[in-house]
Amino acid sequence: MRIAIVDESAARAAIIQEGLVDIDDCETVVITDRKGLIAAIAAFGPDIVLMDLGNPSRDVLEEYFVVSRALAKPIAMFVDESDEESIAASVDAGVSAYVVDGFAKNRIKPLLDLAVRRFNAFSRLENDLAEARGQLAERTNIDKAKRLLMNSRGLTEPEAYKEMRSQAMRSSKRIADVAEALLMAEEMLGGGR
Amino acid sequence: MSERLKIGFLPLVDAALPILAQEHGFAAEQGLTLEFVRDLSWATVLDRLLYGHSDAAHMLAPLAIATTLGIGRPARALSVPFVLGLNGNAITVSNALADRIQPEGGLGNAVDVGARLKAAISEHGRKPRFGVVHRHSSHNYMLRYWLAACGVQPERDVDIVTVAPPFAADALEAGEIDGICVGEPWSSVAVERGAGRIVLTTAQIWRRGVEKVLAVPTARLEEKRGAIERLIIAMRKAGEHFVDPANWDTNAAILARPEYVGADPALILRAISDRLRLVRGGELVHFPDFMFQYREAANFPWVSQAAWLYAQMVRWEGQGFDPDAARAAMGVFRPDVYRAALTGRNSPLPGASSKVEGGIGVPLGVGAAQGRLVMSPDRFFDGKTFDPERLEEYLASLP
Repeated sequence: MRIAIVDESAARAAIIQEGLVDIDDCETVVITDRKGLIAAIAAFGPDIVLMDLGNPSRDVLEEYFVVSRALAKPIAMFVDESDEESIAASVDAGVSAYVVDGFAKNRIKPLLDLAVRRFNAFSRLENDLAEARGQLAERTNIDKAKRLLMNSRGLTEPEAYKEMRSQAMRSSKRIADVAEALLMAEEMLGGGR
Repeated sequence: MSERLKIGFLPLVDAALPILAQEHGFAAEQGLTLEFVRDLSWATVLDRLLYGHSDAAHMLAPLAIATTLGIGRPARALSVPFVLGLNGNAITVSNALADRIQPEGGLGNAVDVGARLKAAISEHGRKPRFGVVHRHSSHNYMLRYWLAACGVQPERDVDIVTVAPPFAADALEAGEIDGICVGEPWSSVAVERGAGRIVLTTAQIWRRGVEKVLAVPTARLEEKRGAIERLIIAMRKAGEHFVDPANWDTNAAILARPEYVGADPALILRAISDRLRLVRGGELVHFPDFMFQYREAANFPWVSQAAWLYAQMVRWEGQGFDPDAARAAMGVFRPDVYRAALTGRNSPLPGASSKVEGGIGVPLGVGAAQGRLVMSPDRFFDGKTFDPERLEEYLASLP
């Protein structure tokens, strides 16, 4: 079977594609570019098209599926009513699937489940990454604030940290927030030391 | 406690009323908090609506009807209790084509521009290619209506393809299309980039053409009937605010924000103020009622509007006329809900739910169940009228 993965995020497309390599007799293509999308789809002749829900080309692609005489068999969104639950899951995960008419039904569901899992995994990765970036930024701020206190008040590093921690406890804030407030105050007072 | 409603939309100026209802506190007055889900394709707006990511959506009126009839996918019943506005689309063509079909510049008239387009087709290297935003869109139907009435057969003489609104300028610039019928601010964006010129507005094809609607899955409308009725009240207030010139700048700035339309406020102001720049560096041209979002019960979901859209679906999408489908299409528009929401409030309510479309030539006082209602001319450019009671006769009379 031939699966086209259409996604403007190359990273996410790669993760989907990687998940499909274990499936026997499966050829995949990744299309990330909006320009030439229809020509690329036509040239590949997919049985299944997986497309991210946020893709701005969805209407264009659906129109192509309706009118194209280039396709041997019509392709439609995977809309068998008995599969409402799978479709709802795929919409939740952010992926839409189009399947060529007559494609073996029992092969579709595992594929769709896989795509959904991969999309969800990608979202988790993105969240983790954003969180890690946030934590890194916080740590940097705490270090900067510590140095500020050490320089301006002649404290040692443990003293400076202790000072920030007790301030945080008194005002029931996080240390990172106290550090940020300190840095902001310093900036506004034009410190530059 | 405030009730939350999620509303799906595409970045277009005519998504304004729910957005402004939230931003100016009209929703809060009704005990509602509106949240918005922005998407870039109608297919996704529709999927989110059907699978519960949104409660209601800014939607192409014909797409709500096609979804209910089950064209292209299993039928899912949608209801339209409120029309978000009339018209507001422009036909923008490449500079080369504009030179041929509207050589004197300015806004053409539909008859002359159409005649010149017909003459230009044989000399055009390939069939002129027009973009529309969706197969089931008023853009598609209005463009085809105009072409056919001017002796251009849409199926034979031109190609009509789908282009997502934000990419209208790109597609014109790249020569992928020669013209596009699209909502604002995307024609203005194309003009500003020098990618093309506005030669017509859809308001010149049908002076009061139904455009975007608020669509709600019928089952959810029943579940959340109270909240939807309060949303209608809030959107009427937003409409009153939207059309007041004193608020134009403020509203353009709100709609311009990246979470809403995400475009230059100066371009959004053009649509709001009915003042368009047709060519880069040109003067602003005032075309009254380019967008029509509030007055004359513009938000009332006339059953005859749904019937006209169904007639176009039969005409252009090879559906074949079916009286049951016609009834189902007309049932999508829900004047009963609109009336229930606004009875006893300061909004005129028509006495009838259906009218002869294109039948008003001079301002006409019409029967109102509440308030006073004078309707302005609502003509089609070819002078035809549409009587929903005589749908088949109408279809037979068309070129």
